[in-house]
Amino acid sequence: MEQAKPLSEAGPVPQARPSVGAYLANHLRDYGMLLALVVIMALFEFLTDGTLMRPVNLTNLFLQNSYIIIMAIGMLLVIVAGHIDLSVGSVVGFIGALAAVMMVEWNLPPLLVVPVCLLVGFLIGAAQGYWIAYWKIPSFIVTLAGMLVFRGLTLALLEGQSVGPFPKNFQLLSTGFVPDLFGAGRPNVTAILLGVVAATAIVMLAARSRSRAMKFGIEDEPFSFFVAKNALIAAAIIFISYLLATYRGLPNVLITMAVLISAYTFLTNSTTIGRRIYALGGNEKAARLSGINTERLTFLTFANMGMLAALAGLIFAARLNTATPKGGVAFELDVIAAVFIGGASMSGGVGKIIGAVVGAFIMGVMNNGMSILGIGIDWQQVIKGLVLLAAVIFDVYNKNKSR
Amino acid sequence: MQDIILEMRGITKTFPGVKALSDVSIKVRRGEIHALCGENGAGKSTLMKVLSGVYPHGSYDGDIVYEGSTVAFGGISDSEDQGIIIIHQELALVPQLSIAENIFLGNEIADKGIIDWPQVYSNTEALLRKVGLTESSSTHIGKLGVGKQQLVEIAKALSKKVKLLILDEPTAALQENDSQKLLDLLLEFKAQGISSILISHKLNEISRVADTITVIRDGMAVATLDCHNEEISEDRIIRGMVGRDMEHRYPHRTPNIGATLLEVANWNVWHPESAERQVIHDINLRVAAGEVVGIAGLMGSGRTEFAMSLFGKSYGQNISGTVQLKGQPVDVSTVSKAVANGLAYVTEDRKELGLVLDETILRNTTLANLEGVSTRGVIDDTRERRVAEDYRKALSIRTPSVFQKVMNLSGGNQQKVVLSKWLFTQPDVLILDEPTRGIDVGAKFEIYSIINQLADEGKGVIVISSEMPELLGICDRIYVMNEGAFLGELAATEASQEKIMSMIVTA
Repeated sequence: MEQAKPLSEAGPVPQARPSVGAYLANHLRDYGMLLALVVIMALFEFLTDGTLMRPVNLTNLFLQNSYIIIMAIGMLLVIVAGHIDLSVGSVVGFIGALAAVMMVEWNLPPLLVVPVCLLVGFLIGAAQGYWIAYWKIPSFIVTLAGMLVFRGLTLALLEGQSVGPFPKNFQLLSTGFVPDLFGAGRPNVTAILLGVVAATAIVMLAARSRSRAMKFGIEDEPFSFFVAKNALIAAAIIFISYLLATYRGLPNVLITMAVLISAYTFLTNSTTIGRRIYALGGNEKAARLSGINTERLTFLTFANMGMLAALAGLIFAARLNTATPKGGVAFELDVIAAVFIGGASMSGGVGKIIGAVVGAFIMGVMNNGMSILGIGIDWQQVIKGLVLLAAVIFDVYNKNKSR
Repeated sequence: MQDIILEMRGITKTFPGVKALSDVSIKVRRGEIHALCGENGAGKSTLMKVLSGVYPHGSYDGDIVYEGSTVAFGGISDSEDQGIIIIHQELALVPQLSIAENIFLGNEIADKGIIDWPQVYSNTEALLRKVGLTESSSTHIGKLGVGKQQLVEIAKALSKKVKLLILDEPTAALQENDSQKLLDLLLEFKAQGISSILISHKLNEISRVADTITVIRDGMAVATLDCHNEEISEDRIIRGMVGRDMEHRYPHRTPNIGATLLEVANWNVWHPESAERQVIHDINLRVAAGEVVGIAGLMGSGRTEFAMSLFGKSYGQNISGTVQLKGQPVDVSTVSKAVANGLAYVTEDRKELGLVLDETILRNTTLANLEGVSTRGVIDDTRERRVAEDYRKALSIRTPSVFQKVMNLSGGNQQKVVLSKWLFTQPDVLILDEPTRGIDVGAKFEIYSIINQLADEGKGVIVISSEMPELLGICDRIYVMNEGAFLGELAATEASQEKIMSMIVTA
């Protein structure tokens, strides 16, 4: 198209190499929440005289927050697709109750109960997704209905009673630890080794993607910043696995979480289905006219959410070793807050898995730290609410600034 | 003796990194229609935002003298108080409210907060008559067409005792006859002593009504033309806008028409909401390889509805008819099937239907053919990047990188991104719905060149456009459409604007 000569507008603008400071200022949003997490952890570490980072508390921190994090992954996809799911807390309660009835009252083996519960979760999500995707009923309404329905069913299933305890091997889902294959336990060599492996893998992946981006000439991250960032992340992972190793090693749920986080990060970053979810949330009409089956995609997003909520329900029940009618109450709020603190946009199309995970940890560390300090549930809620608001204001402020 | 209502002197406005206006001066006489011309991004709208106080006093350099005294507007309400009313391209009406409620929104006739409805309605009726609307003042805005909504906006301006009316591309979305009505209204206002500033891309309109024309290019006023002293030709204005002569507004092409590619027969479509309303009646259409076919017609004649119903049944219900590609019947019942069979549809509304604005050029380019850059569902970044770069070069999309978000691009470049997306699906036939709407003269030329190139490559191109000169300039054959049916077809050699119009009005 040589005959088409530029008549207006400037040609390509050469990009200047930004300094570390300028780079950080431009990417404040990307690192802001991670920095906030570090600051909050440091603050509570200081306020609690070192209790926060004690191995036993750190282990607890992971166990306490695993179900929120697992659901935040699913919720991120739902929110990126431009929807919301209010029913997840009730689904957690319902699946816990279902598992309890099956294992405690019917004496079914956990190896059967777990897949059945995951399937039921998937079907619950699918049932809600069906109305949202194919009947275009707003997700807020469908899942609000789901929230009531499954809370009611939880009560009905448990007949208002707590049901437990669970078989030992089911409890391992939440309270088990990866056994030490090499040493005698303390410190747990396997845990340290896995930590080193994970850190190495993350650094290698980062280096590979950087070298690719360099090849395209699109990398604007200064090298010193890249090295410092990855060194810090690797050090943090190894340090945390060392701390955990001095207690009982890596909790099983931590492995489950790590696998899910990696898998869904891959899904959102590198697969066609992930890309299509972002397009669907960004502009549904344009996505549909680009040949994307938006209905099926919405449907699957909710089915996936249902399954992850079921997994969270099982882990939560296993951790308490009992299913209670109140199990999972208000979890949806923590999960949704985590996703928004993590930078997702209410209008869809924007958000990252790792952001949602960091958001969940921010909520988790605050819950844990404030409980250690003995701050009452009343003020905890006030503070959490303000943090959520502050995170979103920070987001909007950054967005306006970059315009 | 000149009676100057407004003088803007040496206006300079800088945004971080860009000088949007540099030392622009214009004078508007009382009771004249002053046209502002310039390509998109030249600075016309910025100048009007400075005038109306959207950019408050102090955020720019220079003086504004209005009605003989220097003014310093701190916001849009200050300028409105003085009778300067701006009507933006995107209308600021609330569709769920009635005409009367809209006209007096924020300016209610009320006593201690209690609205005097009888007064509101009678005032509204009077205003509506002034702008030539016969609708009841309680009609909901959502029920009116864009043309009438535009008139409501003007009625709203009148309710505020307007002295200087600024219209930003008022006719961009209007049909020929609605545009005429609006321009007549401006002339009537002029007779009453109301001055207007008219921003428009439509040069024929400008030469019809304007008394003075200021041409803005790259943030500078490059020419002021007085239409009473000399006859101003459209070419003279274009020369000012683009900074050089444009020999041809349409690039030349020698048609090389091959075998029939697409053949649509007996296409009938009913309205998606009311099953008894037939929208498209028995349309027969064919496009050959290497051919550019136009569909002319007024807005609301069903052109977009036809195209969308053809493209994966994206519009309407009870669709019947047959589609053949290269002589073989094909299934186009879903968008993905239509795409797989070699059909592509570039929508009329880029922002709403064509692009994911918050995403990058790269991601928009590959959206309709992710299979083309992935293996078993996993996207290959290198391949994707190469594809996006190739299209950026081929269509000369002006951007620092393909990782730029499309919302930061100009209209012309956005349109090229949409074209890239569809070209990457390797279609045989492309339907382009209003491909040059809202983009500037230079970018239009580039789009025409791309269309020519596609035809030369042996693709079939269908162009839907409300601008008849454009269809006459680029098409080999033109179908004339009205009220959901084709009235006939004209070869490019025999077609003219008059013939097309007379086909439509005598139908």
